[in-house]
Amino acid sequence: MPVQIRVPTPLRRFTGGADVVTAEGSSLREVLDDLERKHPGLRERLLDENGELRRFVNIYINGDDVRFLDNLSSKVKDGDDISIVPAIAGGR
Amino acid sequence: MGLIGNTPLLEITKITAGLLRPGVRIFAKLEGFNPGGSVKDRPALKMIMEGLRKGELVPGKTIIDSTSGNTGIALAMLGAALGFPVELVMAANASRERKKIIQAFGAKIIYSDPLEGSDGAILLCRKIIERNPERYFKPDQYANENNPLAHFETTGPEIWRQTKGAVTHFIAGLGTGGTVMGTGRYLKMRNPAVKVIGVEPDDAMHGLEGLKHMASSIVPPIYHEEELDDKIQVSTEDAYEMVYALGQIEGVLVGQSSGAAMVAALKVARGLREGCVVTIFPDFGEKYLSTNLWIGWKSWTRDRLSHLLAKCKTESESVIT
Repeated sequence: MPVQIRVPTPLRRFTGGADVVTAEGSSLREVLDDLERKHPGLRERLLDENGELRRFVNIYINGDDVRFLDNLSSKVKDGDDISIVPAIAGGR
Repeated sequence: MGLIGNTPLLEITKITAGLLRPGVRIFAKLEGFNPGGSVKDRPALKMIMEGLRKGELVPGKTIIDSTSGNTGIALAMLGAALGFPVELVMAANASRERKKIIQAFGAKIIYSDPLEGSDGAILLCRKIIERNPERYFKPDQYANENNPLAHFETTGPEIWRQTKGAVTHFIAGLGTGGTVMGTGRYLKMRNPAVKVIGVEPDDAMHGLEGLKHMASSIVPPIYHEEELDDKIQVSTEDAYEMVYALGQIEGVLVGQSSGAAMVAALKVARGLREGCVVTIFPDFGEKYLSTNLWIGWKSWTRDRLSHLLAKCKTESESVIT
């Protein structure tokens, strides 16, 4: 079940510069695993040493914050739109 | 405007208890005491006043810049006080408090794509000005030499006076680079032996609002890395934990960039036999209570402190003394 993932600027070095990539999975965890296979190094920036979402990383599935869904166990289906957004605007 | 600057210097003693050699002290300059709530009041004031003096900012013009918040708040405040309309370009994921404060001052916000970060805001701001150059005055905090000059004229001299010339190390976060450049230049002018150290996130993907990972960003024209004696990388998690520790153990509520600065200051101080280490806490913490920083904040407990402090030691071997 391919889904679209929008990647923020700081992670595009793992996707060869692409701002949108596709991946497969029926949960967010599976999608991230697939992303890691296709773009090694990316998942490490998103998850902490316990395999949980890092505090400053927000992930949205069709606009919904996964922290209000089921975190990494959130269900994902064909055609879903996922965005990875660092919590801060990163500037001054 | 006369209230900007002359902020207090706080000696950090509780977190450092038992960790530092007797001749080593750490001080933090509390820039949250500025009227706009952050260190950015200083460069914002200088850039605006110079713009007025040079006739670049005249009645009828709108002040515009790209900013994730603190500079925006400062410009919004000054615009309101001086009677100029203000438009600010920022990524849509800036904190709710920042957006509200800016709007409360009457300024208008134009949102850029959060996926593009602050570099995206910089580029969008340029586009907007290009469409209508006559309408705008852009303080241009990333390129305007009045930004570091504000620190050369105020932050540096204050630190020199407040430490009675004893400062040996100056440590500050890198955003536009203005604080480190300007303050560093002043302190080295008074004492060439002072070490000036910048602090940046350890990765391009970070949660430290206000700081820039230089290697992966548009490098601000005012930033000259060769003037630094060293640069220290701090992880987002360590910076956040330090925010929690500063609140519960030191009794000061600060923002994320202050947490990062404190981690770096500790790393440096632990490697010293003697020293007067001064760092900047750019703002206070209330602006961040609605942000992801809060996720760990409410559940943090003191027993996490020793874990954090251990990390600030092992990495100090690589830091210059």
